[in-house]
Amino acid sequence: MQALSVIRRHLTSAVGAAVIGAIALLPVSAQAGPTLDKIKERGVIKAGVGTIPGFFSPDSEGRWQGLFIDFGRALAVTVFNDPEKVEFTNSSPQQRLPALQAGEFDVLLTGVTVTITRAFKLGFHFGPTVFYDGQGLLVRKDLNVTKAVDLDGATIGVQSGTTGELNIADFFRKTGKKFTPVTIEETGEFLKALDSGRVDALTQDGTDLAAKRTQLKKPDDYILLPERLSKEPLAPAIRAGDDQWLEIVNWTVYATIQAEEFGITKDNVDSFLKSDDPAIKRFLGVDPSLGEAIGLNPKFAYNIIKAVGNYGEIFERNVGKGTALNLERGYNQLWTKGGLIYSPPFR
Amino acid sequence: MSDVRSFSLPLPRRLPQAGLFDSWRNAALTLSSLAVLVWLLWPLLRWALVDAVWTGAAQACSGVEGACWAFIAAKLRFILFGFYPPELQWRPALVTIGIAALLLLSSRPRFWSTRLLVVWLVALPLAWIIMAGSILPPAVSTNQWGGLPLTLLVSLIGLATAFPLAVLLALARRAQMAILRLLAIAFIECLRGVPLIAVLYVAMLIVPMALPADALLDKLLRAQIGITLFVSAYLAEILRAGLQSLPLGQTEAAYSLGLGYWRTMQLVILPQALRAVIPAILNLSIGLILNTSLLAVIGISDLLNTAKTAATDPNWLGFYTESFVFVAILYFAISYSASRYTLWLERRLRAAVS
Repeated sequence: MQALSVIRRHLTSAVGAAVIGAIALLPVSAQAGPTLDKIKERGVIKAGVGTIPGFFSPDSEGRWQGLFIDFGRALAVTVFNDPEKVEFTNSSPQQRLPALQAGEFDVLLTGVTVTITRAFKLGFHFGPTVFYDGQGLLVRKDLNVTKAVDLDGATIGVQSGTTGELNIADFFRKTGKKFTPVTIEETGEFLKALDSGRVDALTQDGTDLAAKRTQLKKPDDYILLPERLSKEPLAPAIRAGDDQWLEIVNWTVYATIQAEEFGITKDNVDSFLKSDDPAIKRFLGVDPSLGEAIGLNPKFAYNIIKAVGNYGEIFERNVGKGTALNLERGYNQLWTKGGLIYSPPFR
Repeated sequence: MSDVRSFSLPLPRRLPQAGLFDSWRNAALTLSSLAVLVWLLWPLLRWALVDAVWTGAAQACSGVEGACWAFIAAKLRFILFGFYPPELQWRPALVTIGIAALLLLSSRPRFWSTRLLVVWLVALPLAWIIMAGSILPPAVSTNQWGGLPLTLLVSLIGLATAFPLAVLLALARRAQMAILRLLAIAFIECLRGVPLIAVLYVAMLIVPMALPADALLDKLLRAQIGITLFVSAYLAEILRAGLQSLPLGQTEAAYSLGLGYWRTMQLVILPQALRAVIPAILNLSIGLILNTSLLAVIGISDLLNTAKTAATDPNWLGFYTESFVFVAILYFAISYSASRYTLWLERRLRAAVS
C-alpha cells in the first residue's frame, strides 16, 4: 500500500519471496489452544499494524491512532471491557503474514486485502471488511472531471512496478478511451509530476492518494474521484482454525456498524438504554438473553460504542472530512445509504 | 609515551591559502569555484536555514518552501525513543546517556583494563534490564522499545556477545583437529555468504516455525541472536587475520616456556593479535551500527524506522525529508566520530609498537 514499501520490496523481494515461499510450503501450525484462552491468560490482545496515516500511525506521544487502531481497541473492549488492553506492534509488509501464522499476533490489523489465494493458501480467516479501498484517481480540479471515463485523452501518472499500471490500462481499454501513461519511478517525482502540470492525474490506491494530496503545494486544486478502479477490501486477519475468535472479531466489527444503522453514537448511547425497541434492547444488552446465548458480555456492544463509537464515528474521526485524509465515505457508507457497509442482524 | 605526542601532527608546509590567489589565473579559478559552490549549495541552505520553520504547530509549516524543523521539535521524543511509554522515558534516556558515557570513557586507552571490561559486561545486561523494567516495574515489552537506545543496545550487545564466539571460531579455524576446523569454516562461510537481511528473516520467520507455539522467543531477542551470529562470523575473520599476522615463533617460544595451548593464547597470542586488529574491529562496529537500520524491514522500531513512522502522523503528514535528514545527521555524527577515533587510535597504536 505504501509507495516506500514498493521500493523496499524490490530490494528485499528475492530474500523475502524465498522465505515466504518456504513458509507457504510448511504445514499450517496446529493451534495449541483457542486464541481467546491465550489472550485472557496473557491479559492483552496482540495486534500487528502498519504505518499509514489515518489508518495506523503513532501521535507525538507514541500512542497509536487510526481507523484500524480503533477496531483493535473495540476488540479489547469485547474481550476485556477495556480499550487499552491491546498491544499494537508495527509490522513490516514482509513480516506481517508469517508473524500472524507463527502466533506473534492474535489479529492482524494491517489492512490486509482479502484475496482467494490468501484465504486458501496461507491459512487465514478474514473478518468483515472494515474499509473498501481501491485504485483511485487524483485529478486537477480545473479539468472539471467527475468520472474516470471523462479523462479521455488525459496524461496520467502511474508508479512503475505496481498493479496500478495494469489496472488503468485495462480500464481505458475496456471503455475504449485513450490516455497517455507517464511511468514514474520515484515517489518524490510522482507528486512533483502533478504539481508541475506534467500529468493531469495520478493513479494509485485511493487512501495513498488521499494522504499524498495533502503534500501537494495547493491541495485544494485537486480532487480525488470517488470512483475506484480496483477492489482492495481491507479486513482484519486471523489464523485459520479458531472459529470462536473469528466470531468475536466479526461481531465486534458488526456491532460498530449496527450501532450506526440504529443511529447510536458514543454520546447518545445512554439515552438508547431506555429504548422500547426490542432489537435495540437486545443489541445493547438491556435484554441480556442474547449475550448469555453467545457467551459474551451481554453489554459488549454498549461498551464498544461507549469506548470507541460507531463505524461512522470511527471513519470520520480518522480518515473522514476534516481530517488530513479528507475522504468521502464512498463505498464505506452504510448499505442503507448506498454503500457496502453491512452488518448481519443481532438476534 | 604521552597523549600529547599523538595529537601533534606536523604542520603542513604550505599554508592552506597559498596557491589560491597568487596569480590572476588562480584567483579567477578560486572565485569561479566558489561561485559554483555557492550556486550549488544555496538551494540547500535556503531550504535548511533561510526558509525553514523552526517552531509552531503543523499549520505553521503548510505552504512553506523550506524545511519544517518544527516537525523535529514535536517528534523528537518519538524519533529518539519510539513507542517507549512517555512517563517512563527516563529509562531509555538513562540507557543512552550511560552508554555514551561508557563509550567516551572506553575511548581512552589509559582506561583500558580488565575492570573496564567487567563494567561493560555488567552495564549491557543492566541496560537491558532497565529498559525491560524487570527489576523495577512496570515492565515494558520489547515491542515498545525503539529509537536511539535500541540501535545502540542492539549494536553493542551484538558486538559484545559476538566477541567470545568470534575468538573461539578464529581459534577453531586454525585448529589442528580437522573436524573443528571444518565446522568453523562452514559456520563462518555460511554466515558471510548471506546478507544480514536474510539472517534477520530467518530469525524472524523460520525460527518461530521451528519452535513450539508457546515457546515463542521474544522478537527483539531473536533479531539480536541473528545479529550476534552474523557479526561473529565477520569478527572471527578479522581475528584470524590478527592471528596470522603473528610470527610462528611467538607460539613456539610460549610452548618452549612450558605454557599450554590456552595459556599461550591468553597471555601471548591473543593480546598481540587483538592489538593488531583493533582498527578493523572499530570499522566493523561502524558498519554494524549502520546495518541495524535493516531492523526496520522486520518491523523493529530502530532509529531509522521511528523517523519514518513519525512522518505518518496525520497531523504532521509527509515530513519525510526533515525526518530522514535529522536521523542522517545522527547516524553521521556517530559514524564520523567513530571513524576519526579509529584513525587516531591507529596512529597511536602504531606509535606504541614502533
